Amino acid sequence: MKILVCISNVPDTTSKINFTNDSKAFDKNGVQFIINPNDEFGLTRAVWFQQKQKAEVTVVTVGDLSCEPILRKCLAIGADKAIRIDLNPTDGFQVAQQLSFLCKEENYDLIIAGRESIDYNGAMVPGMLSALMGYNFVTNCVVLEIKDNFAKVSREIDGGIETVSCQLPLVIGAQKGLVEEKDLIIPNMRGIMQARQKSLTVLPAIESDVKSVITKFEKPAPKGAVKMVDPNQIDQLIDLLHKDARVI
Amino acid sequence: MSILIYTESENGMFKKSALELASYARAIADKLRVELIAVSFNHKDHQTLGAYGVERVVQISDPSLENFTALTYAENLASVALANQVNLVVLSSSANAKYLAPLLAVSLSAGYASNVIGLPESFDYLTVKRSCFTNKAYNTCVLDNDINILGLSTNSFGINENHKEILVEDKSANLTKTNFEVERIEKSSGQVSIADADIVVSGGRGLKGPENWHLIEDLASTLGAATACSKPVSDMGWRPHSEHVGQTGKPVASNLYIAIGVSGAIQHLAGINSSKVKLVINSDPEAPFFKAADYGVVGDAFEVVPELIEKLKAFKS
Ligand SMILES: Cc1cc2nc3c(=O)[nH]c(=O)nc-3n(C[C@H](O)[C@H](O)[C@H](O)COP(=O)(O)OP(=O)(O)OC[C@H]3O[C@@H](n4cnc5c(N)ncnc54)[C@H](O)[C@@H]3O)c2cc1C
Repeated sequence: MKILVCISNVPDTTSKINFTNDSKAFDKNGVQFIINPNDEFGLTRAVWFQQKQKAEVTVVTVGDLSCEPILRKCLAIGADKAIRIDLNPTDGFQVAQQLSFLCKEENYDLIIAGRESIDYNGAMVPGMLSALMGYNFVTNCVVLEIKDNFAKVSREIDGGIETVSCQLPLVIGAQKGLVEEKDLIIPNMRGIMQARQKSLTVLPAIESDVKSVITKFEKPAPKGAVKMVDPNQIDQLIDLLHKDARVI
Repeated sequence: MSILIYTESENGMFKKSALELASYARAIADKLRVELIAVSFNHKDHQTLGAYGVERVVQISDPSLENFTALTYAENLASVALANQVNLVVLSSSANAKYLAPLLAVSLSAGYASNVIGLPESFDYLTVKRSCFTNKAYNTCVLDNDINILGLSTNSFGINENHKEILVEDKSANLTKTNFEVERIEKSSGQVSIADADIVVSGGRGLKGPENWHLIEDLASTLGAATACSKPVSDMGWRPHSEHVGQTGKPVASNLYIAIGVSGAIQHLAGINSSKVKLVINSDPEAPFFKAADYGVVGDAFEVVPELIEKLKAFKS
């Protein structure tokens, strides 16, 4: 089984989010980048398939040179090889299209992406990729089992879980729950050394389309001050929620 | 030119998000003077939609549409869009709508922006504001395509009644054969889901252990609220993963979010920020959550919450 895991390079979850002075771009100054958490759940599952079912795991990102450290980290976690498609993408459609060019060459059986990235929250790359490829697709995926050419997949729905079965090839949008937190792999020295020997291929971008352009970023307006209520004045709290906030 | 919305229903009723979608799309349709068309699957209740501004509903019914499948639903929405010169599709942010949106976008060669938080700023080149960085920021984005799809953030516009004479059209389903089969759906019955809840009651590590969760559950049932938790609480198995809210869990966009024994880490706040009103109950006056709260009570949850439940019950009756 050939697995492709799509990786997004995102600011660490503790990062303060700031933008450049012209408000046109994210200010990367002093920001540490990590593997998008949803992608990391997917990568962890992929490495499980590699160890238990002899799958071959390739990781890919569409991004510039600054994304290579996280690809190396994916190799240290256990991926067999890495590909960087050399393009600083404008929107999610462009990413999906670039990935589809690779998938058409390589015929992966299973493509794993995160259900969304924690920076742009577009929630579109895996779905669009599946549609461009004509593959099955399940997002918000919390269980993934593969046997022969068949997948059994559960996804989180509003207020429950839905389980489907389908044939490969399949694209999934991974999320929390797909693997346990304790199964996340922290690269050890051996993994890091091995990662240096593994291949990281840079592919040129193929001309692709853009369907949306970000023109401006902004931060939310500062919040008003909190109203503190004495714990012995619960009646007052209820009154505030009812009359002031009108939420109960 | 016309606007299309996908109005979702559950247990024989339109979802609240469907009515919000209709209200939102009505405002756009008025501005552009174009028709607003709704599509509903296996659900025949046009009166309700007419009350929220829909002028035409296309009802697609087929036993095989009983279970939602993203691809089939997207194909059917695409065929209605193409038959009606639709140039704007508006979807909700439900799990199913977010699932089918990218499929529909490819099928219509459309642009797609998710998490849109208000009416477009311009229509010459469709310009919308959306939330990003998991609610830590917004971006303005321009979609310059023949057809565009907007995903409206839950609870960002509100519901407005606007009565219209509604035209009903029945359409047979497009059914392509797939090797994709829904085997089972497990729903926690009688519980409000975080996605649909007006009020969410959330517990953190401050509750000390799963045996104390009756406090959260009792408060939630008193308010008709959904229950949620912080990440460590679900990691430790005190509560199911599906209750984990925050940057790496579910987003919350309720009217009221009550956080009890949650410290307010940046990753937690990111996910719940778009809730309208936040009430924080924490024994530590220095807890960072108070800075993000609208109302705060410094106190021991084991004392404050039982009293709050009791007084709320009295208030409700
Ligand atoms: C990559 C990454 C992603 C993350 N994503 C998320 C996420 O999506 N969601 C999330 O929630 N976290 C997330 N976290 C974890 C986050 O950093 C915090 O560790 C977590 O939110 C803390 O949970 P907590 O508030 O329940 O626990 P704590 O931080 O331990 O806080 C417990 C609080 O309870 C209070 N308390 C104690 N006793 C009482 C009492 N008797 N009465 C009232 N209050 C009491 C304490 O004062 C304290 O403020 C993430 C972390 C990382 C590194």
